[in-house]
Amino acid sequence: MAARRRRAQKLQILGFFVLVALVPLAVHNRYYIHVLIFVGLNLILATGLNLLMGYAGQVSLGHAAFFGIGAYTSGILTATYGWNPWPAMVAALLATSAVAWLVGRPTLRLHGHYLAMATLGVGIIVSVVIRQTSSLTGGSSGLPGIPAMTLFGRELTTSMDVHYFYFVWAWVCLLTVVFANLVESRPGRALRALHDSELAAETLGVDTATFKVRAFVISAAYASIAGTLYAHSSMRFLSPTPFGFHTSIAMLVMVVLGGQGTLWGPVLGAIIITGIQEVLRPYTNWDIVVYGLLLMFMMIVMPGGVTRALASAWSAVTDRIARRRRGSGDE
Amino acid sequence: MRLGEGAAPRTGNGPGRGLCHIGDPPHVPESRAEPPTRGRGLFVSTGAHGEPADMTLLEQVWQFILSGMTTGGTYALIALGFSLVYNATGVINFAQGEFVMLGGMVTAASMTAWGLPLWLAALVGIAVTTVVGVILDRAAIRPARNASVVVLIIITVGASIFLRGLASIIWGPDERPVPAFSGNAPIAVLGASITPQSLWVMGATLVTAIAMWVIFEHTVVGKAMRACAINAHAAQLCGIELSRMVSWSFALAAAIGAIAGIVLAPITMTQYNVGTMLGLKGFCAAMLGGLGNGLGAIVGGLVLGVLEALGAGLVSSQYKDAIAFIVLIAVLLIRPSGILGGDTGGED
Repeated sequence: MAARRRRAQKLQILGFFVLVALVPLAVHNRYYIHVLIFVGLNLILATGLNLLMGYAGQVSLGHAAFFGIGAYTSGILTATYGWNPWPAMVAALLATSAVAWLVGRPTLRLHGHYLAMATLGVGIIVSVVIRQTSSLTGGSSGLPGIPAMTLFGRELTTSMDVHYFYFVWAWVCLLTVVFANLVESRPGRALRALHDSELAAETLGVDTATFKVRAFVISAAYASIAGTLYAHSSMRFLSPTPFGFHTSIAMLVMVVLGGQGTLWGPVLGAIIITGIQEVLRPYTNWDIVVYGLLLMFMMIVMPGGVTRALASAWSAVTDRIARRRRGSGDE
Repeated sequence: MRLGEGAAPRTGNGPGRGLCHIGDPPHVPESRAEPPTRGRGLFVSTGAHGEPADMTLLEQVWQFILSGMTTGGTYALIALGFSLVYNATGVINFAQGEFVMLGGMVTAASMTAWGLPLWLAALVGIAVTTVVGVILDRAAIRPARNASVVVLIIITVGASIFLRGLASIIWGPDERPVPAFSGNAPIAVLGASITPQSLWVMGATLVTAIAMWVIFEHTVVGKAMRACAINAHAAQLCGIELSRMVSWSFALAAAIGAIAGIVLAPITMTQYNVGTMLGLKGFCAAMLGGLGNGLGAIVGGLVLGVLEALGAGLVSSQYKDAIAFIVLIAVLLIRPSGILGGDTGGED
């Protein structure tokens, strides 16, 4: 059963990415390509957070901090110190993981609201630090001059957005496969046990503290990669704004709205939230009114997420069809 | 981000708006984003009447404590609102800060638009905010009563974003002044000076705290709300209508938030986006005092305000906004139940 599910899942992943790879053949508008790059980045963020929330069962209201540390480490090392983007990416990954480990070890002992608040605090502290260490980060005026990402000696420049699209989505693909394998592995099962009941997992010999911290570090690493990719995206300029409280909330919404603890939930969540933000973008001021309303409305209507809402709607439809068939058969 | 716009770094709303931008305050240039701490706001008295450099360290500390008590009074009121709603529903209401913003904005707007006297405008501010609080409960919280913590957090954050957006559409993006209640002549207190408005803030905190005590100890509604907080099921069996008590607590929380916003507005001015940070700080105060503990909220608010003022004044004013959260994390790790909390809080 499990083996069959895994094979089906592999086919789903393969199908999805083949579909994504074909998109640039049909879509020539560079604006859409640009938006799809951001869908990819959000997807990486959401997938990482999903590992922490949906599988390890821990909340984080400050994950934008790791996104920010990744982006700024990459940005500073390449723009200010002239590093090649690749070693900078590795350095960003290490820096983010180290911070996540330092933060995660003490805070993950907390539960519920207390964990939520501690992570929220971490997120805000990091965003204040980014804003205030202006000698390093450029502060509120931003960090300009980040070079383009290079691949095999070629620059993935702005004028060739499609190349960067493929680059970002290759990362999305890789990280999704890693995620899918991780959650089906023994540590993944341990995490899910932890999600259902920490006490039960503990009695079965799962070292819950270690697993929680590991999940936290991995999800931060995902955010770091998204941060690096963001720093080298077409804007190649960093300002502190996208690494604050509201990005942490947006990440949370992608995971919860999509359906936490599922492979495809965060994918849907990332697509929906990025889509909403892009559609609303031209309408100054009204954008946040409608966004706030939509957040409330969607969470009230689908507290379990879109994936579960769709699944239950689907089973309701099939039930009704089955019942009708049976009904007509009886007559 | 339209085609071709993304290439060059721009100021204003341009760069960085690419991802997850909605809900963030727009990216503003340095001078507006980070007002010099002493140039306006709570430290105005320090700046105007003798620079701290002229004072001895002890006098400085005393001055910072007084300024901190003023901010702390606001945090205390916001924390009280958090605790009220938390006790009634178990919900952390991220829209609490927007009540503060609404109180100040409605007061300022009804003074300029209708020429109301200050006291009447303040009453209008409190009334409007209270109604908004009840509507928030009925329209957004009640339908999701049984949802998970995370879902409720997202709903209240959504409400906060919505209210902020609405305020920016109705009243525009500019800061609005509210006149000081009784002049600006500084009052000397043991070598330090404070503005009369600071006394108003502390007075409002004290009066509100006493009013809350009276309500919860001596009125039927207050006792019923306490009963619901202790055991909602048992309270309902005694004939207390839970949903009405929840509405009451939202109404009270909103009114208290509005009061905080109104007494603070003459000091800091008011703007559509002041609510988020004030709300989060008030939240730190509530955690510091022990979530759901009324007296703890007051103590937590004052302690937080003083720590923040001392930290900003003596250590670094740049990292002022981080201080509250550093304190929060320290408290969570050392004593998660807060200063006055009894139970074990969030730890294993």
